[in-house]
Amino acid sequence: MDLRFTADEIQFRDEVRGFFRTALPASIRRKMELGQRLSKDDIVTWQRILNAKGWAVPSWPVEWGGTDWGPVKTYIFKEEMQQAPAPDPLSFNVSMVGPVLIAFGSEAQKKHFLPKLANLDIWFCQGFSEPGAGSDLASLRTAAKREGDHYIVNGQKIWTSRAHNADWMFCLVRTSSEGKPQQGISYLLIDVKTPGLTIRPIHTIDGEHHFNEVFFDNVRVPAENIVGEENKGWTYAKYLLGHERVGIARIGAAKHRIQRAKALAADVMIGDTPLSETTRFREKVASIEVELKALEITQMRVVANSVRLPKGAADPTSSILKLKGTELQQATTEILMEVAGANAMIREPDHLWGTATEPSIGPEWTTTTAADYFYMRAASIYGGSNEIQKNVIAKRILEL
Amino acid sequence: MDFDFNDEQRMLKDSVNQLIADRYTFEQRKSYMKDASGFSRDVWNQFAEMGLLGLPFDEKFGGVGYTDGGAVETMIVMEAFGRGLTLEPYLATVVLGGGLIHRGGNDAQREALLPKIADGSLMLAFAHEEAQSRYNLADVATTAKRDADGWLLTGEKNFVVHGNCADKIIVSARIAGDRASRDGIGLFLVDAKAPGVARKSYETQDGQRAAQIRLSGVKVSSNDAIGDPDKALPLIEKVTDTVLAAVAAEAVGAMSAAHEVTLDYLRTRKQFGVAIGSFQVLQHRAVDVLVSLEQARSMAYYATMMANDPDPAERSKAISAATVQIRRSGKFVGQQVVQLHGGIGMTLDYKIGHYFKRLTAMESLLGDTDYHLAALARAGGLIEASA
Repeated sequence: MDLRFTADEIQFRDEVRGFFRTALPASIRRKMELGQRLSKDDIVTWQRILNAKGWAVPSWPVEWGGTDWGPVKTYIFKEEMQQAPAPDPLSFNVSMVGPVLIAFGSEAQKKHFLPKLANLDIWFCQGFSEPGAGSDLASLRTAAKREGDHYIVNGQKIWTSRAHNADWMFCLVRTSSEGKPQQGISYLLIDVKTPGLTIRPIHTIDGEHHFNEVFFDNVRVPAENIVGEENKGWTYAKYLLGHERVGIARIGAAKHRIQRAKALAADVMIGDTPLSETTRFREKVASIEVELKALEITQMRVVANSVRLPKGAADPTSSILKLKGTELQQATTEILMEVAGANAMIREPDHLWGTATEPSIGPEWTTTTAADYFYMRAASIYGGSNEIQKNVIAKRILEL
Repeated sequence: MDFDFNDEQRMLKDSVNQLIADRYTFEQRKSYMKDASGFSRDVWNQFAEMGLLGLPFDEKFGGVGYTDGGAVETMIVMEAFGRGLTLEPYLATVVLGGGLIHRGGNDAQREALLPKIADGSLMLAFAHEEAQSRYNLADVATTAKRDADGWLLTGEKNFVVHGNCADKIIVSARIAGDRASRDGIGLFLVDAKAPGVARKSYETQDGQRAAQIRLSGVKVSSNDAIGDPDKALPLIEKVTDTVLAAVAAEAVGAMSAAHEVTLDYLRTRKQFGVAIGSFQVLQHRAVDVLVSLEQARSMAYYATMMANDPDPAERSKAISAATVQIRRSGKFVGQQVVQLHGGIGMTLDYKIGHYFKRLTAMESLLGDTDYHLAALARAGGLIEASA
């Protein structure tokens, strides 16, 4: 038993760290450090830099542009990326539709889509949730009816992140009402520019536009865009649950926020004492650091264990990582709120977007704090709410 | 990075778990508690036969001779002891007392004492804490005054874990300096039956034993000072950190066993015609227990890895961080497993309450949660501020 990284792993970490230091464009780094919102261009630019290096899709098989790193190095890579801090490659492409196509797609789909997914030539969004199908996803009703060599899609999706940036959507649709609800679902790829498809923005409590409603009114989708077999879509979607074990806890991002909070607190004066020197603040931060360290090791245990699992098998422990990881993401945004104090309540969207022409009213870094805090509440809701994660753990780990 | 045990460690784990299964059922434990010493001599001798009592020592002193002082092996043993809620003075004699002699004693002391610990014929205790010290390891009011050919010890020690059965007691005493100054603390080996030693043994809430020890001008020879009698604090801190790592593993063992017992109960206890484990509110509580336990387990690993770190500042930060997590998890898990059992969790005749009591006793062992959180915060925490 040795919790330290091997010499080879440390060398790899230094290589990755060096790459992020030099390859990440200064403007993107600055936005990331200040917590400012990234434009579509920023995300595309960065993913293409990664792809040119061969690092956009490290978890994919080598033949599709991936690496042979294995879980430990992949983990190191992701943590370093979050701590740089650099943006994640687009998860819809890299961690969701990509792996599903690799596992279940046709050769033609793989050849057509995978290189474009890696290079972000095509931006995918996820069409899963519906107004009546949230945690109970299998009750979804958006219908796809086969007519000749097309599916005709009618219905509505909601909470569709960045649909307004997207070129394509991977979508769960109902193709049958026979049997259990899970048995009549198919996994369909839809070009969002198809006539009859409408995207409307939903503005969230951070004042931003992340989510959308998507309406389907007789949208004609070529039948060849179905992934795998008809009515097997639920299996394909479930394949991803617990599959993305590495980096799910986002320790690197939480660490980065703690590093910032500590540095910024040194400049916030409470009378003659910097906030960073007060006992209350120090103990509150130390408390989070303890939980973070514990979760970091829990994450490494899951990573180490995943070497032993059959390829593609899910580790239910990853639900623990999601649960605790999101709590700590939220706790770290709360600490930054506390450091920013009343400044956090000044709303200056230009500064959030990095497009301001005038100086901010308070310190510039505080212009993004509240938006981060508000938006981070979503972390314990999306991807299966934390309550759903607890149901999963109770059933699959505790066997209750 | 590797979380696996090697073959030898797996064998150790299996054999200790087997020993606990054979010798430490709930009923057997109750009978050991009735012994005057509060534990089983028989089991203690079995520990000796299995080599557990010499685990951290060099081979030439009757030990096993692990390269890193047997940190991982100690973790394995302590976790099993936590599962069994063992009562024997292992922590006091081997990890604490043995640790002080092994790391701080001279060769004559090590040759004289360690083989006896290893063969089970010598029990030790460490008399350090005092009524006023409140976890501060430097707060020592007991004095050691120069006497013709040695020292005279005077003062009162409390919370001496397994001080009831120790043959020899290692006493900390101040030879110079103010009450809480870091310099001027010495360690002295005292025969438990020496004139001037008065010990009042008592039972602790978790069924273990301890003692309050009064020293009234106890004569100690110069040869019985351990290490430099002026500068014992770094040694005390070092050994305390290994003890905290061991206790972390013990706590994880107790938490895991309590969690398993609770899951069994949730699966079998029926109300409203169904197993109570089918109720979502209880499922979520059980999941919270699991998460807390896994976080604790991770920190027990961390403590084990860092317990012998050559940098004392890094070592003590890591141990304090681990201790904060362990104590918080221990309290949470202990309280929740009782709640999940309902009334049966309150009875002395059922084991779940005994896990809770042991976890509670561990909370104030060598510094409580607040003490270690404050220490970690003062030292700047685990993550450095960005430049």
